[in-house]
Amino acid sequence: MIHTLAEGLLGRLSLDYLPTEPATIGAAVGLPLSALAIVAALTYFKKWRWLWDNWLTSLDAKKIGVMYIAVAIAMLLRGLADALMLRAHTAQAVGDNSGLFTTDTFQQVFSAHGTIMIFFVAMGLMFGLINVALPLMLGARDVAFPFLNSVSFWLFAAGMILINTSLVIGGFSNGGWLGYPPLTGLEYNPGPGVDYWIWSLQIAGIGSLLSGINFTVTILKKRARGMTLMKMPIFAWSVLVSMVLVMLAFPLLTVSLGLLSLDRLMGMHFFTSDFGGNPMMYINLIWAWGHPEVYILILPAFGIFSEVVATFARKALFGYRTMVAALIAIMFFSFIVWQHHFFTMGAGANVNAFFGIMTMVIAIPTGVKIFNWLFTMYKGKIRFDAPMVWFLCFVVTFTLGGVTGVMMAVPAIDFQVHNSMFLVAHFHNTIIGGVVFGFLAGITYWFPKIFGFRLHDRLGKYSAYAWQIGFILAFMPLYALGLMGAVRRIDHYDDPSWQPFFIVSAVGVLVIMLGVGLFILQLAVSIWKRKELRDTTGDPWNGRTLEWSVPSPAPEYNFAIEPDVTHRDEWWYRKESKLALPKKSSYQDIWVPKNSGLGIGIAVFAGLFGFAMIWHIWWLGFVAFLVVVALIVFRTYADEPERRISAEHLYHLDKGRKQ
Amino acid sequence: MNHIAHAHDKHETAQLGFWLYLMTDLMLFAGLFATYMVLRGGTAGGPTAAELFDPTFALSETIVLLLSSFTCGIAALALRYKKQSLALWGLGLTIALGLVFLALEMKEFAEFYSEGHTWQASAFLSSFFTLVGTHGLHISIGLVWASTLLGYLIRSPHHDDAHRKMSLFALFWHFLDIIWVFIFTIVYLLGVLS
Repeated sequence: MIHTLAEGLLGRLSLDYLPTEPATIGAAVGLPLSALAIVAALTYFKKWRWLWDNWLTSLDAKKIGVMYIAVAIAMLLRGLADALMLRAHTAQAVGDNSGLFTTDTFQQVFSAHGTIMIFFVAMGLMFGLINVALPLMLGARDVAFPFLNSVSFWLFAAGMILINTSLVIGGFSNGGWLGYPPLTGLEYNPGPGVDYWIWSLQIAGIGSLLSGINFTVTILKKRARGMTLMKMPIFAWSVLVSMVLVMLAFPLLTVSLGLLSLDRLMGMHFFTSDFGGNPMMYINLIWAWGHPEVYILILPAFGIFSEVVATFARKALFGYRTMVAALIAIMFFSFIVWQHHFFTMGAGANVNAFFGIMTMVIAIPTGVKIFNWLFTMYKGKIRFDAPMVWFLCFVVTFTLGGVTGVMMAVPAIDFQVHNSMFLVAHFHNTIIGGVVFGFLAGITYWFPKIFGFRLHDRLGKYSAYAWQIGFILAFMPLYALGLMGAVRRIDHYDDPSWQPFFIVSAVGVLVIMLGVGLFILQLAVSIWKRKELRDTTGDPWNGRTLEWSVPSPAPEYNFAIEPDVTHRDEWWYRKESKLALPKKSSYQDIWVPKNSGLGIGIAVFAGLFGFAMIWHIWWLGFVAFLVVVALIVFRTYADEPERRISAEHLYHLDKGRKQ
Repeated sequence: MNHIAHAHDKHETAQLGFWLYLMTDLMLFAGLFATYMVLRGGTAGGPTAAELFDPTFALSETIVLLLSSFTCGIAALALRYKKQSLALWGLGLTIALGLVFLALEMKEFAEFYSEGHTWQASAFLSSFFTLVGTHGLHISIGLVWASTLLGYLIRSPHHDDAHRKMSLFALFWHFLDIIWVFIFTIVYLLGVLS
C-alpha cells in the first residue's frame, strides 16, 4: 500500500539512486553545496531583487547574451573537469593498473564531457555572442521577439540544470554524447541516466530552435534602413546561415530524441534490435542533425574572425562576396555529408563515394575563407591585440584540423581510423581551434561594448598561448595513438608503449586548464582595474561596424536614433567622412519591452516536466505540461507592456556625451 | 514611429516568424515520414499496411479535415471583412469538425489496439502510431488554440488584433491539413497499394 503510494507520488525516484563511488559522492555533495552558497550569498547581500529586476527577467538581448555566456563559462569548467578526469584516468590505466574510475563512471564522464561541451558550452557561447552583438551590428534596437528570446535562454538554463541534477541523483548516460541505441535502449540501459541525457537536450534543443527562428526574423526584418543584405556585416551573414541550419536541423534532433524516448517510455520498437526496429535509422537521423550542427557552431565563429581580422588589419574584409557565397555553399553541402560519420555502416561503395566526395567538396568553401582572411591581413596595418592572437592561433589549428578531416573523407582511410583516437583528435582540432578560439576572441572583442571597459590585453594573450600549447600537447599524441590502434572512449589498454602518449595528453589538459585559469584571471584583473581599462569613446578598436558607433556600455535601446546605412563598413565610412551630429528634431520616443518573469515560469515547468519524465512521475509530468500550456495561452492574449523613453531624455543624454 | 504603424510592423514580424516555425514543424514531420518509410517493412510477423488500413475510413477523415480547413478559411475571410458573427460560426464549425476528426482517429487507434496491433507490436506500428499520433497531437493543440481564440473573439470582436490572431491560427490549421494530405497519400494509399 505505502509502496504503491510512493510509486504513484515519486515514480521510480528513490534513495537507491544516490551515488556510491567516492568521486561521484564528492560531486553529489559539492554541487548542491555550491548552489546553496550562491543562494546564501545573494540573500546575505540582499541582491535577489537586483538580480531579478536587472538580469533574470530582463528582455534586453545584451543582458540575455551575458547570461548565456556566464552559464556557458560555468559549464566550461565542468566539462574541463570531466576532461581532466578522463585523461588522468587513461594516463595510468595500463596493464594491471585499472585507473581511477570504474568503467561505468568513465563512460558517464566522457558522455557528460561531450554533451556539456557541445550543448551547454559551445551553443551557449554562440547564442550569447549573437545576442550581444547581432542587433547592434544590424543597427537594430532589439531582436524580433524579445520575450521568446528570454524563453529560449531559460529553456537552455533548464536543460543545464537537469544535466547537472544527474550528478546528485541517478547518474548520467553512459551512451556517449550522441547516445547510440541499442546501447541506450530500454533493454541495455533501463536506468535514468539516458533519460537525463534525452530530456536535458530535448528542452535545451527546443530553446535553440526558437532562437533560430528569432534571429532569422531579426536579420530579415530588423536591419537598419538602407542596410541591404549585401551591406550586412559578415558576422550577420554567418549568423543568418547558421540560424537557417538551426531551423532545418534541430527538428531532426527533436525527432531523434523523441523516438528514442518513445522506445524507452512506451516500449516502442524504432531502434531496438528486434521487432523490426533499426538502430541505424537513429544514427542516420541524429547525424542529419549532427553534421549541420558542427557548421551551426563554426559559422558564427568564422563571422567573428572576419570582423576581428578586418578591424585589427584596419582594412575592409577581402572578398566579401566570395565569403557570402562560401557561407551559402556550406549551408547546402552541410546537409549532404552526414553519412561520413559512419562509412563503416555498410551502405555500399557508391553511397560512400558520394558522401566522401561531398565531404571533400565542402572543404573548398572553407578553404576560400581561410585565404580571404589571409588576404585581408596582407598589406594591412595589423594590431596584435588579444582577439588577433586568438585569430592567428585559430588559422594554424583549424587548418590542421580541416586537413585531417579531408583525410578522413576518403572512405578507405576512414575504415582504418573510424572511431579511433585519430577521430577524437580531429574534431577537437576543429572545435577547439575553430569554435572555442572564435568565441573567446568574440568575448574579448565585444566585452567593452557591453561592460564599458576592455579586458586586460596581456593576460588574454597568455591565455591564448596556453590554450594553443595545451591543445598541441593534448591532441597531437591522440593522432599518433589513433594510428597505433587506440579506439576512442578506451578506458584501459595493455600496450605499455601507449602510456607516454597518454601522459603527454594529460599534461596538455593541464596546460589548457592553465589557459582557462588565465582567462578567468583576466576577467578578475580587468574588473579590478576597470577604471584604467575604461572605454570612453565607444570605439576601442577603431572598429568598422555600427556597434562601435554607440557609447560603451551600449544603452538598452542600442541606438538613440535609428541609423541610416549607406555603406558596408558604415561606421568606418562615417568616421572617414566626418558626418555632422544629429539635430534635436531627429530624436523620437522609444518604446522598449518591460521585463517579464514568464519566461522563467515556462522554463521551470518545462524542466519539471523533463524531471518527471526521467523519473516516471506521471502526475507531475501531466501537471507541468498543463501549466506550460496555460502560461503560453496566457501570454498569447496578454498585453505586451512597454516602457517609453522620451526623445527629450535621449537628446540630453547624447548631448552630454558628445560635448 | 507611431503606435499603429508599430503594431502593424509587429504583426508582419510575427507572421514571418510563424511561417518559419511552420517550416521547422515541416522538418519534424519530414523526420517522422522518413522513419515511417524506412520502418514500414518491419512488421515483425504482424499485419502489413495493406492488411491493416481501410482507405475508405481514412478518406472520411480526410473529408472532415478538409471541410474544417474550408470553414477556417471562411472564418478568417469573414473577420477581415468585419463580418463578426459569420467568423464566430466559421471558427465554431472548425472546432466541431476538428473534434470529429480526432474522434475518428481515436476510433481507428482503439480498434487497432483492441485487436492487439499496438505500438509495441512492431517497428511498423510504432512508426505509424507516432507519425499519425503526432499529427493528432498537433490537431489537439490547434483545438485548444481555436477555443481560446473563440473566447477572445466573443469578448472583443472588434479589436484590431482579432484578424491578426485569426490569420496565424488559420495558417497553422491549413498547414496541418497539408500534412494530413501527405499522411493520407503515403501511409494509407501507398500502404494499400503495396
